[in-house]
Amino acid sequence: MIEWSHFSDTFIGTVSDVLPIVTIIFGFQFAVLRKPVTNLPKVILGFMYVILGLSLFLIGLEMALFPLGETMAVQLTAPEFLQQFRISTSSLDSWKDYYWVYCFAFCIGFSTTVAEPSLIAVAMKANQVSGGSISVNGLRIAVALGVAIGISLGSYRIVVGDPIHYYIIVGYVIVVIQTFYAPKMIVPLAYDSGGVTTSTVTVPLVAALGLGLASTVPGRNPMIDGFGLIAFASLFPIISVMAYAQITRWLNRRSTTEDSENAL
Amino acid sequence: MEAITALVKAFLGSLRDLMPIIVVIAFFQLVVLQEPLPNLLSIVFGLLLVVSGLTLFIFGLEMGLFPIGESMAQAFARKGSLFWLMVFAFCLGFGTTVAEPALTAVADEAAEVAAEGGMIEHSAESMEEYANGLRYTVALSVGFAIMLGVLRILKGWSIQYMIIGGYIGVVVLTVFAPDSIIGVAYDSGGVTTSTITVPLVTALGVGLASAIKGRNPMIDGFGLIAFASLLPMMFVMIYGMVIA
Repeated sequence: MIEWSHFSDTFIGTVSDVLPIVTIIFGFQFAVLRKPVTNLPKVILGFMYVILGLSLFLIGLEMALFPLGETMAVQLTAPEFLQQFRISTSSLDSWKDYYWVYCFAFCIGFSTTVAEPSLIAVAMKANQVSGGSISVNGLRIAVALGVAIGISLGSYRIVVGDPIHYYIIVGYVIVVIQTFYAPKMIVPLAYDSGGVTTSTVTVPLVAALGLGLASTVPGRNPMIDGFGLIAFASLFPIISVMAYAQITRWLNRRSTTEDSENAL
Repeated sequence: MEAITALVKAFLGSLRDLMPIIVVIAFFQLVVLQEPLPNLLSIVFGLLLVVSGLTLFIFGLEMGLFPIGESMAQAFARKGSLFWLMVFAFCLGFGTTVAEPALTAVADEAAEVAAEGGMIEHSAESMEEYANGLRYTVALSVGFAIMLGVLRILKGWSIQYMIIGGYIGVVVLTVFAPDSIIGVAYDSGGVTTSTITVPLVTALGVGLASAIKGRNPMIDGFGLIAFASLLPMMFVMIYGMVIA
């Protein structure tokens, strides 16, 4: 069921990913800092766990989810499927006919982000640093919603064919405005969450969706229009995480004012 | 016994993390596309691997990546050598990015786009040269980004103005960069940060901010990844302008 060579290939791939990191860390540790690592056996065991875990994770994804998700992205954007579910009456394909694509983009963006290992890592750290006031799952859901909205909007852009920079620039303007109103504590974390969302799980599925969409929609060039979904997926979490913090603060304020009113 | 309960708990937690993907894929396959699930056995086995992999990864994160990132940050802060800390930050950014498989894939695709768009010759040689150039550009930019981010933590500069300045830079460059590079450039910000780099860099930032007096780990510790995803966008557009 699982080929040994496939496992060893993925394992070697992960090891060669980690190798430069390990070289840099231990090189600096011994040559510059000149200090033994505290608890070295435990750290080495931890690295082994990370490598083994990541390899298993990738192999499992490639076995169970990626083939299915990728064919799905292709099938949902295929002309026959769109023909079957069309709602517009005109002969021209309207952007509304792609509603299942937007829906799929939203769902897949959300669900893959929730499972993204690097986001889990950042959320754990943020929870620890904030003394528990930022909840691990709250942050993850806020980021995942941002990615979901970003990818569905990105798919809409591919369908209508607008230039990408207008969307990104408007996104930047929103981020800048929010920065001045959001709680100070959340701003750096929100900026970071843009970069952590897109790695192991999200990128392959999203790339398949973008390419499938750009090759189906008439007049799109997959080589040029297929790019850009990842950019959407890294911009919108910034907005959603700041919005999450703003909403939480607003709710807290409202409940405290209500409390004080009740006390009167 | 306690260890086993912890393991089972972690395992169930990972399973819960994966539930949304399973539900989405099953729903679209069965309800929307109305097709059966192929190779159910291999799917179930694959999911088991994913869940155990995620569990192991999180265990290893707390045992290996987080502690070493933080202890190195503290050791550098005690040593007090700005030069070596900068060298370390640059190496960490450059070294982890240059070999990143996602980046290699994007660079190869970008070379094809450029060849089709007539920016470079349509030959294997010039395309490889272009892809490699792009890869080193992105790796250099991530190296500088981590360096800049660490410098910001040390000096306590506020992140907003730096990021907003970066956004303005991106917008201005967009106007001048050739069209075919823009999509690639915007995407390159997202693909640079791998699953192993992110926890390490986060631990480094938070560790530095907690080791230095007067820095708040929440406000100053985060933000390194933000730089690592913003700078590559600008560098790639500049690369496109230089090549064209």
